[in-house]
Amino acid sequence: MHVPFCLRRCPYCDFTIVDESKDGAVDHAVYVDGVIREIALEPDFGSLDAVNFGGGTPSRLTVSQLGAIVEVLEDRFGFADPVEISLEVNPEDWSDEFGFGLAEAGFTRVSVGAQSFDPVVLGALGRVHSPEMIASTVAGARKAGIRSVGLDLIFGHPAESSQSWASTVLSALEVQPDHISTYSLTVEHGTQLSREIAAGAPAPDDDVQADRYEVFEQAAAKEGFIRYEISNHARLGHVCVYNLATWAHAEYVAFGIGAHGHRLGVRTRNHKRVDRYLDALDRGEQPIVAHELLSAHDQERDALMVGLRLAAGTPMTDMATRFADSGPGRRFLDAGILEVSSGRLRVMVPMMTDAVLREALSVCKSGC
Amino acid sequence: MDQSRIRNFSIIAHIDHGKSTLADRLLERSGTISKRDMRAQMLDEMDLERERGITIKANAVRIDYSSPDGTEYEFNIIDTPGHVDFSYEVSRSLEACEGALLLVDASQGVEAQTLANAYLAIESGLDVIPVVNKIDLPSADPNRVAEELVGILGGTTDDVVYVSAKSGEGISELLETVVSRLPEPDGSTSAPLRALVFDSYYDSYRGVIALVRVVDGSLKEGDRIRLMANGAELTADEIGVRRPSLERTGRLGSGEVGYLITGVKNIDLIRVGDTVTHVAESATEALAGYAVPKPMVFSGLFPTDGDDFEKLREALDKLSLNDSSLLYQAETSKALGFGFRTGFLGLLHMEIVRERLEREYDLDLVATAPSVEYRANLTDGSVVSVQSPQDLPNAGDISSIEEPYVKVMIITPSQYIGTVMDLVQGKRGEMGEMNYLSTERVELHYLMPLAEIVFDFFDMLKSRTRGYASLDYEPHDYRTSDLVRVDILLNSQPVDAFSTIVHKDKAYTYGKAMVHKLRELIPRQLFDVPIQAAIGSRIIARETVKAKRKDVTAKCYGGDITRKRKLLERQKEGKKRMKMVGSVEVPQEAFVAALKISED
Repeated sequence: MHVPFCLRRCPYCDFTIVDESKDGAVDHAVYVDGVIREIALEPDFGSLDAVNFGGGTPSRLTVSQLGAIVEVLEDRFGFADPVEISLEVNPEDWSDEFGFGLAEAGFTRVSVGAQSFDPVVLGALGRVHSPEMIASTVAGARKAGIRSVGLDLIFGHPAESSQSWASTVLSALEVQPDHISTYSLTVEHGTQLSREIAAGAPAPDDDVQADRYEVFEQAAAKEGFIRYEISNHARLGHVCVYNLATWAHAEYVAFGIGAHGHRLGVRTRNHKRVDRYLDALDRGEQPIVAHELLSAHDQERDALMVGLRLAAGTPMTDMATRFADSGPGRRFLDAGILEVSSGRLRVMVPMMTDAVLREALSVCKSGC
Repeated sequence: MDQSRIRNFSIIAHIDHGKSTLADRLLERSGTISKRDMRAQMLDEMDLERERGITIKANAVRIDYSSPDGTEYEFNIIDTPGHVDFSYEVSRSLEACEGALLLVDASQGVEAQTLANAYLAIESGLDVIPVVNKIDLPSADPNRVAEELVGILGGTTDDVVYVSAKSGEGISELLETVVSRLPEPDGSTSAPLRALVFDSYYDSYRGVIALVRVVDGSLKEGDRIRLMANGAELTADEIGVRRPSLERTGRLGSGEVGYLITGVKNIDLIRVGDTVTHVAESATEALAGYAVPKPMVFSGLFPTDGDDFEKLREALDKLSLNDSSLLYQAETSKALGFGFRTGFLGLLHMEIVRERLEREYDLDLVATAPSVEYRANLTDGSVVSVQSPQDLPNAGDISSIEEPYVKVMIITPSQYIGTVMDLVQGKRGEMGEMNYLSTERVELHYLMPLAEIVFDFFDMLKSRTRGYASLDYEPHDYRTSDLVRVDILLNSQPVDAFSTIVHKDKAYTYGKAMVHKLRELIPRQLFDVPIQAAIGSRIIARETVKAKRKDVTAKCYGGDITRKRKLLERQKEGKKRMKMVGSVEVPQEAFVAALKISED
């Protein structure tokens, strides 16, 4: 479920959002109504294991709007037992009222967009909350009875020193979340960050980011966190179900502008513009702007690609085996970057995953 | 056509001084081609030539000229290559002529190439008409240039013809000067046939087409002919003239120039410089000057993808159909796999061939640095010719190494004499004569090792003289030098393709610069890569490419999958020009770029 509204676009963000400080106003209620109509148009899917509200800033909707959507989803598809219902939250949007409302609406998980505990870095990242607000949001979520509370962190901005990161890591662990995502700052085309760098501002440094990553890994492991994907760590019982759907190459339905779905070997993409999205719905049509048909080979390839992001790796299918036996595959195995064990192919140096994927895709293209 | 009405002449000029434009203008003026059919610079056939604005293959066009007094003349214009690499072809073209137009740009003045070819023309006994071109340019200084020309050719400035090939000014006067000042061809109509092959090229429909100048006797279609240098006996299937398109006439008489088609497909049978005579009643003595051009510069050509080896071989076979001076033989490199050691007449020849291979035959190639042919005198008394640095025998077995020296002529504005002398001395050059062509331009003569030229001498000369200097060279002799082979090791493995033979005094600087350049060019790998330069077993320089530590996409949502996959595939495509050297990925560019080490 994509909720695109944001106070304003962060300098590094290239998502499909509505920057409410700039773009024309979009009535939240109208959008929510559109989403509800879209849900009605979706063909039968089977009961949902997980629901995620991502964005944008989903916490800019009201609890009743969020709750309404959850209800419609349950009516339309049904929920499995247990079901994970998750929401991304910005600390500045939190209130006790909001928290209790979420719990009542059935939310079982909250992901706090913390990014950093250093005010300097928060400023550089364009965030409007303070470090203290992160802690109070987490505490608030616990108080409201939300089962799973996670933090999202970003590391590697040039304004961040190694002390800054060390202290953010400490603070993040102190707050005792159930789940921590640590993302290295990436410079995406067309963002303010990329323009600043093109104009001469310092760019994030790969070697520094590799160091930052290691610092977190070591500290988190000591606190009982298990890294289960390149950037994601959880305590036992708190992995994020909806994200796993992506990495396990499972099926998912998606609603809202720019949303991507994956069903029966077809990837779909929704309109990115709110007006076109709503127009399609007004015509009684699903707001799909593009779709991609995946052959069996394509599906196997994509499964391999995302599966290698998981610490548990991906099963040794014929394709995975052919890769492991290839020249590049063997080089990675010899270098200890890849490992085959218990019938699975795993990347042992997560920071080098793309190097592996690049070769895997090339090997699989030329005859798997 | 009465022999007295024939004029055979060549146009000699530096690249860009306008000889093709002049030829166009002469064609147009004589009414041979209507203005509508005129395609600029028609005599240049290949696209490549047109692109570069230079003539590589000589051509020959007959035009009919009506003098104002009503006399009809037959002019044969032989366009010659303007570049040092092809001087053999230039000399054969000149043999086919009685005269030459020495064409000089009024704003540039005499260049080294012009001078070299002017001397060639004079030595061939040609009558030379000095022509100053581009008089329409605002920067033109025709009088000064005329003085330079007279200084070289003798005579007075009254002998100089001033033209603008672009505007047509002076052309009529030039045509009349050709009539009055150039001699008619001599040669006996009754003597046995002798015709000089001064150019040949391969046409995929017709086979080899030879351009010939009939000296004695006459050549008719159906005649049984013999090539005197290689003995091949063929039939003259078709004979005619170029207008420049082929026009069949059936016969060529003494003094005339035209084309000959024999149905032969192998260009080696009809080589430039050879003499055509009849099988029956053949001539006893061939025309002088036949030689097989010797390659001066060698380079290893390897396909980036080993599977393309056959494709490269076929491409070289096809190119050599039209280029009998392209020599190549199969070569193996531990680093680069299977390829060819290729011999070229010079650096331009090499560049042209490489470009054609990549463009016309769609080949991705790695080329090793150009090298010259060394002679190693071994302790056991034998002499070994070394065309690839990695073939140099062990130092212990060598008593001395000889390298080719060339005679170099540089023309430069006098203000740059100091920096040019400095450059040449730094390249082991020995100063010879110095002549002032005029107060502003000077001609410098040197003896230098060819090896010092094939790297980047020309580029450095140009940059030190802001592009004004020009260069010409010819083989001189072989001399003993203190040479060593510097090897490069990647990840402790010697990479034979990077081995180079350098002068002992330069080995250390070279090794350091090479190692440094490679460290910049070789991308970070999965492990640290030491790069070392060595002489024998002695390491003389070392740098390390540190291992890459981050190559990952932080986030991957459902919507990212296709996008990321395409990005990764594109990145992989971009890395296609990588060659695996042992376990190190080396970009193609490294093999050549690393060797353009600037000394400045």
